[in-house]
Amino acid sequence: MTIKLPEKIEKEVKKYFEDEKIPEKERKQIEEKVIKLYKEYKYSPEEPVGVITAQSLSEPATQLTMRTYHFAGTAGIQVTLGLPRMIEIFDARKSPTTPSMMIYILQEFQDIEKVKKIAEQIKEVKVKDVVKTTTVDMTDLWVKCKPDMSKLKRYGIEMKTLKKKLKVRDGLVDVDEEENVIIVKLKKKDIAGLYKLKYNFLETHIAGIKGITQVIVLKEGDEWVINTLGSNLKKVFNVEGVDTTKTFSNDIFEIYSVLGIEAARNSIINEARYTMEEQGLGVDVRYVMILADLMTFEGDIRAIGRYGISGQKSSILVRASFEETKKHFIAASISGESDGLRGTVENIMMNQVAPIGTGSFELIGRIPEKKKK
Amino acid sequence: MAESRIKSMKFGLISPDQIKDMGKVRIVTSELYDADGYPVEGGVMDPRLGVIDPGLKCRTCNGGIDECPGHFGYLELAKPILNVLYIKSTFELLKVTCRKCNKIMIEAVKNSKSFEQPNKCPHCKALQKKIKFSKPYTFYEDKEEITSVDIRERFENIPNVDLKKIGFGGGRPEWMILTLFPIPPVTTRPSITLEGGERSEDDLTHKLVDIVRINQSLKENMEIGAPEFIISDLCELVQYHTSTYFDNELSGTPLARHRSGRPLKGLVQRLKGKEGRIRGNLLGKRVNFCARTVISPDAKISINEVGIPKIVAKELTIPEYVTKTNMLYIKNLFKNNLVNYVVRPDGRRIKITKTNKKEILETIALDWVIERQLKDNDIILFNRQPSLHKASIMAHRVKIMPYKTFRLTMQVCPPYNADFDGDEMNIHVLQTDEARTEATMLMEVKNNIMSPKFGGPAIGLDMDQISGIYLLTKEDVVLSKEAAAQLLADADIDVELPEKDTFTGKEIFSLLLPEGFSMPGFKAKRCKNCITCTEEECEYDSWVRIKDGKIKTGTIDAASVGAMKGKILKAFQTYTDSDTLKDFIDQTGKLAVSYLTKRGMSIGISDLDLPTKAENGITNEIDLAIQESNNLIKKFNNKQIKILPGMTPKESLEAQIMNALANGVSRASDIVSDNIIENDLIHMAISGAKGSIINSTQMTAVVGQETILGKRISRGYHRRTLPHIMAGDLSPISHGFVSSSFKKGLTPFELFWNIMNGREGLMDKSLRTRKSGYMQRRLVNALQDLKVKDDGTIKNSYGEIIQFKAGEDGIDPSKSDWGVFDWKNKLEIR
Repeated sequence: MTIKLPEKIEKEVKKYFEDEKIPEKERKQIEEKVIKLYKEYKYSPEEPVGVITAQSLSEPATQLTMRTYHFAGTAGIQVTLGLPRMIEIFDARKSPTTPSMMIYILQEFQDIEKVKKIAEQIKEVKVKDVVKTTTVDMTDLWVKCKPDMSKLKRYGIEMKTLKKKLKVRDGLVDVDEEENVIIVKLKKKDIAGLYKLKYNFLETHIAGIKGITQVIVLKEGDEWVINTLGSNLKKVFNVEGVDTTKTFSNDIFEIYSVLGIEAARNSIINEARYTMEEQGLGVDVRYVMILADLMTFEGDIRAIGRYGISGQKSSILVRASFEETKKHFIAASISGESDGLRGTVENIMMNQVAPIGTGSFELIGRIPEKKKK
Repeated sequence: MAESRIKSMKFGLISPDQIKDMGKVRIVTSELYDADGYPVEGGVMDPRLGVIDPGLKCRTCNGGIDECPGHFGYLELAKPILNVLYIKSTFELLKVTCRKCNKIMIEAVKNSKSFEQPNKCPHCKALQKKIKFSKPYTFYEDKEEITSVDIRERFENIPNVDLKKIGFGGGRPEWMILTLFPIPPVTTRPSITLEGGERSEDDLTHKLVDIVRINQSLKENMEIGAPEFIISDLCELVQYHTSTYFDNELSGTPLARHRSGRPLKGLVQRLKGKEGRIRGNLLGKRVNFCARTVISPDAKISINEVGIPKIVAKELTIPEYVTKTNMLYIKNLFKNNLVNYVVRPDGRRIKITKTNKKEILETIALDWVIERQLKDNDIILFNRQPSLHKASIMAHRVKIMPYKTFRLTMQVCPPYNADFDGDEMNIHVLQTDEARTEATMLMEVKNNIMSPKFGGPAIGLDMDQISGIYLLTKEDVVLSKEAAAQLLADADIDVELPEKDTFTGKEIFSLLLPEGFSMPGFKAKRCKNCITCTEEECEYDSWVRIKDGKIKTGTIDAASVGAMKGKILKAFQTYTDSDTLKDFIDQTGKLAVSYLTKRGMSIGISDLDLPTKAENGITNEIDLAIQESNNLIKKFNNKQIKILPGMTPKESLEAQIMNALANGVSRASDIVSDNIIENDLIHMAISGAKGSIINSTQMTAVVGQETILGKRISRGYHRRTLPHIMAGDLSPISHGFVSSSFKKGLTPFELFWNIMNGREGLMDKSLRTRKSGYMQRRLVNALQDLKVKDDGTIKNSYGEIIQFKAGEDGIDPSKSDWGVFDWKNKLEIR
């Protein structure tokens, strides 16, 4: 079998030839030398990379802090990091405890004022954010509020559109444009629902993108970026001025649904690496890639654990040895499954040599037969 | 010798015929022993079920305790009993089968995911009744109970074709309802004889007695035609006992308890969990030929060796075949009393004693196996728990030593995460040539110096060894020829000294490097990170440059030879083979320790002294920081505080106070590092041996802010932290700022803050170990069957491809240079 260099190395070698102006004759020789070297660097066949990956990732995890929150600089969004974040990534939770986005801005909009404007556009605005005063009328059962007109203007909300836009549960919205007040009447004549109505009304979303509760404009290198708490990739991509090629979220499932499985895989790699590196723990990327590939190679994101990869293994014995022993044995006996005993664990249970590493090979001695007398 | 191998394992339901077939004994009585203490025939301890007492023979197979595997018996149940383990499937199957024609009604609801019982059978059009399940094992059809007899009858009539459609492949569904009850062999539930001859039975035996007894009385009652309610009560009782026999953790059922009140162990409990059969016995086994004791350091042994106490070495053995060629060697072993056992070709093991030694030595012949004691240079496995990664078990060479502890050198502590504060470690003695060969090639320490985690050295100098090598290679260290020779002799290093009168420390270290060894320059740990690096002209001697086996510039410290960091170690590995690297690590360690021993190293309270001016400067900086915080609080109270984006005013205040105080502390720290006289305390921090400049700042200048959950301490009473503080006080002193230094001493309240922080650290640590331990188990379980195949892909054990090229470039990180394939560098060095 001829061994080919990985693309990256091949490029490097070619660049080296060009830069150093190596004569054509020597090139082949050098390339052969590199290939020979590469052979030494390659994985040995049957190397149990899986276990090494697991160990390489979890041994440093013992050193990760439990401290959930972390100040990303003095001004910045607090996001979950350390061990809890690591577990969150491996568990493939549907939504992270602190969703966050890093929004990059197109070149044309690279101006502090413009960026700030985009940030304001993105931030979720609730009624309570623009309200000056609220009054609750107990007898007529309505809630009246006076919005701060300057704030409304800042967020680009017009009183006219509000009546149509605002929808409050159990309430009827009426806007008095002359007096600049919003009145919400309770649908059911039930005084007990009045305070609930007030709460619902104040929590109603009127502008910006839902879910994005905090925005901070930061300078990254010589670029203005927006860091947010809360994530909504789909809507943010529609905002003018956002660089959709670079903007990302820390919500892996959201990336999966918006950008697809390959993007989700990269997101797992980036998030896991960032979490480790932020605490000064260096682990080879290759391991994170193997893990991410295992989590995503079936086409959707599978968690590490009972409800994901471990629960979907082909071998009954492997599943039973992890968790929920009873469930797996019973299911197997009803459907009449059989276990092919092809993995490591199964063979350890059977007290047999496991087909991994040196156990995958057998020696055949070629002993010369004795000549018959 | 052809090895027989289990190729696959099939799971399924057991049929009554099979139960009867394998059952050697029909169980008829619930009695265990008769008046004389002999087991009753036809009871659950029937002697035909196997032997558990040594010396007896099995009544079925005539085998002894080691040969007889035990035999099943069976019990004829008076009424069919539902097997609780299959109760869910029973329920589902009842719902999908027609109550009249017993065909599966699945066609009617093809496209729905969850099955709902149809009203009408699509086959025979019979109307269906709503079936309800009540935990733990009762079924109702329109409020009328369905008996096990009825269920069994219905299941019997389900056509095989239909079963196939729903994936019921483990056997006939009626087998889920037991008519014959298998009685497991006594070998699976041995009784133990207590002192005084009293027998204590296994949990399962207790349970079986209950089942047999109630079943017997049910049978009798049915025969005499007892009233319906008595029969159904007894039926229910048999059902309860069989259910708890299978699984004693059912919801909706009271736990079956032992007389003492301890819950009995059901069959499921035997398998389940950490100490269960699967994880506790099949995947983790107890072994012989191992030893465990406390570890202690020995600076003079190799990283590849482990010191084994004589007592241990005498007890542990290695089998050795007697062959034509090694007769003399074997006889010598006998002469030196190094053989503990001999094994004759017929399998008899004989212990060697003073009396039989001579006799055995005369009779010993080919094909005998002797078991000899450990001797120097044997290969053994050495392990420290928790075994978090593969470097937690490595192979070492035996070095027999006096006293009672395992001895290891400090360089191998990092991969084991070992220290000598009372840690214990285990050794395992390998028993076959195959195992020893694998251990030598794959597990020996010298072959595991490079960590697969990041492609750097996991083994290297640590702590005092770093201090030693740093102090030796520092600028201005000059030794006379005599001193240099003495130093090298102390360190057991055998090199030729060049003809010179004096030697610098760097020159002595260079003697350990092979001639012609060069590597690119790099920054030492002591590097001050100047804005522009002058490299070889560095005024702090922090640019390490090695050329032709000589240190040109730079001080050797943690960045050069330290575990996890050592750049020289990595370059060395690329340059030579593992044996030379091993020797280099050994020699550097010994050299460092010898020099440190000769030079001496100590710290004292006076090392923390600062000039008065500096002390005043520190006090000023701290006062300034506190002043600044107080100003911020004033502003906050006047609502003039600068609000940081995305924060409430209170949060902004907290952030700004923390910031102001941290700045104050760091200014104080700067004063410390500028003014402190370079002493051994500082040497440790600079060289990367232990501690950092933060530690010395805390000792000399100011401890700083104590935090809980990353915030200032703000718990205790309502609006205040301690009773003597005014409610609402936000000042640094009342929220965990410690302005004293450890040298000066903390005020009682400051000490309290400090202890609070310490407690948080303890909690965090214990919580973290648990969480990350479980994470590791999950990760390993998910990833365990991935391996690199010979075509370079990563596949799992069922052949599914995870990656087409392992790690995307096929490079093994443990062979790489910090994760990179550094071909240029390597080709140039070679």
